[in-house]
Amino acid sequence: MKHGSIVFLLLSMTAGAWAAADCVSCHTEKATVKDSIHGSLGCTGCHSTIQSYPHPEKQTPVNCASCHAAGAETLAKSVHAVTGGPTCLSCHGGAHEILPSKNPQSATHPANLPKTCATCHGNEEAAKRVHAPQVYSMYMDSIHGFALMQDGLLVAASCSSCHGSHGILSKKDPKSKTNRANIPATCGACHGGPLRAFSAGIHGQMLEAGAAEGPVCTSCHTAHQITKVGSTEWQMKTTATCGSCHKEQFATYRDTFHAQVSALGFQQTARCWDCHGFHEILPASDAKSRVAPGQLIRTCGKCHTGANESFVKYDPHADSHDQKHYPALHYSAIFMNMLLAGTLGFFLLHTILWFLRSHFGPKPEAESK
Amino acid sequence: MEDVNTRYYIRFSLAQRFLHGALAATFLGLAFTGLPLRFSTHPAMQTIARIVGGFGAVLFFHKFCAVMLTIAFGIHVANLVYKIVVKKEYFLVWGPRSMVPRLKDIQDFYGNFKWFLHLGPKPKFDRFAYWDKVDYWAVFWGMGIIGLSGYAMWFSSFFAKIVPGSWLNIALLIHGEEAILAVGFIFTIHFFNTHLRPDNFPMDLTIFTGRQSEEEFKDAHPEEYARLAASGELKAKEVEPPPPWMKNFARSMGAVAVAAGVIMVIMMAVAFIKE
Repeated sequence: MKHGSIVFLLLSMTAGAWAAADCVSCHTEKATVKDSIHGSLGCTGCHSTIQSYPHPEKQTPVNCASCHAAGAETLAKSVHAVTGGPTCLSCHGGAHEILPSKNPQSATHPANLPKTCATCHGNEEAAKRVHAPQVYSMYMDSIHGFALMQDGLLVAASCSSCHGSHGILSKKDPKSKTNRANIPATCGACHGGPLRAFSAGIHGQMLEAGAAEGPVCTSCHTAHQITKVGSTEWQMKTTATCGSCHKEQFATYRDTFHAQVSALGFQQTARCWDCHGFHEILPASDAKSRVAPGQLIRTCGKCHTGANESFVKYDPHADSHDQKHYPALHYSAIFMNMLLAGTLGFFLLHTILWFLRSHFGPKPEAESK
Repeated sequence: MEDVNTRYYIRFSLAQRFLHGALAATFLGLAFTGLPLRFSTHPAMQTIARIVGGFGAVLFFHKFCAVMLTIAFGIHVANLVYKIVVKKEYFLVWGPRSMVPRLKDIQDFYGNFKWFLHLGPKPKFDRFAYWDKVDYWAVFWGMGIIGLSGYAMWFSSFFAKIVPGSWLNIALLIHGEEAILAVGFIFTIHFFNTHLRPDNFPMDLTIFTGRQSEEEFKDAHPEEYARLAASGELKAKEVEPPPPWMKNFARSMGAVAVAAGVIMVIMMAVAFIKE
């Protein structure tokens, strides 16, 4: 028997392929490789330096790049190519249990990916080092995280949908998927309609013209915290978001009834996008714009049934301080302020004098004597 | 303790007291639901809006109070017209019992300032002192300005068929400013003049009970008292003293209204300063 096995061993060696069964007679715990994507390779497919049995104790580490050259090359150019940065196995799971991304058990399956990335990016210490604190928790509470994790909507954006996988680059890198100039294309990979509308609108045109100040998707929607646009919370925040660039318009909006209702925390009122549109915002000078003179009756009429030519002369951004453009409003404001200050001021004096006289003066009876 | 033999005279009819009650209740309601809209960025005002039940409720109660106040105002004006035109009660239009200002009001006003500064005796007021008339006509002015601008915004599409839509910009401005004036005036000046001043502190119950003691009458309206005494009409005005329930009712209604008003005007002042 002993003789026979040695012959068999020698034969197999000459053939250059050990049966995995031979390795697992010692490395029993490594039998899982059978079920992994690499199961068909056999042990020496990866541990290619092992030529004979018994093999030396020390082995050079497995080089994934010998097969996965493209992946390794991209990774080497990415933000992850730093000392202490992740290796192949950091993301793809245990060496002997690597599964294809499509497998729901895989560490790189969309539904598992956030957790995989969170091993570093959900860790406060690590997150601080890469200047991205709380991205994991922010993502998990976002509309994307909620859809993916709670509803199991596998097409919802996971980490790699926006950041890429092996070739993750800093957003400062012009080639990065998350570079400002590339964000519309990145989001647009799923949100095709909004991308089309955005590109046609003034903000998209600004980006295309290379203007540095125009917004992209994330300027309004944020990156990791994207919420439902219908939510009151989001609507409340986002008028101020538009206002962070459109300061003057935001200030004049705040003087209107629309803004008063909005500021109280109620949704049923006109906010920026109700009149201006959202992705396809066009300047009023463009005839297609919702706020172009010819469109106003329709735009205002969405809420104000019966709006006519005269009704739309109402200016939702009127400025009472602007004497040149709003003389009637300006002088009304001055008149009202004078009336207010004059009336209250005068009667306040009247009241104070009366109080002092009644309180400190002689009693009326004493006076009449 | 008040002398049981104190004589009381009627000053305000039941209808007049109801009118004041309706005015006070709707005005408090309008202020309570209007202030949050005017000072919408102030957290306390946002809390009020939520307590009332959200924007729909705030606007509903505001409009409800506005309609009630308009009705009360309409009844008052219709009644006045009826009394003047049909019953020919011209004393309402002119004379010592009228709300229409006359020369004596200017003299009293001047005299009162002299009295404030210890430069002369207290003027002898008639049925309505000049500040009563200011209070009264301020409501007319306020109803005109706030009422019209409010209805213009409520029925904005209809309003714009009559006048340019740009007037709606002015409507909101004057609605809010005039409302601040009204709230500021009623909850400080009016409250002080009629209730909180040392002579009347903590409140003058006359507007709630309709009755005034002889002493109060002589002190507050000496001209009227003297005139009625001379013409012999005084006897006809004598009434039973207000029963305890009526005084208690008056005190509680008055206390609630004054307290609510004072709280609101303080909140408004804080919000106004922070604005």
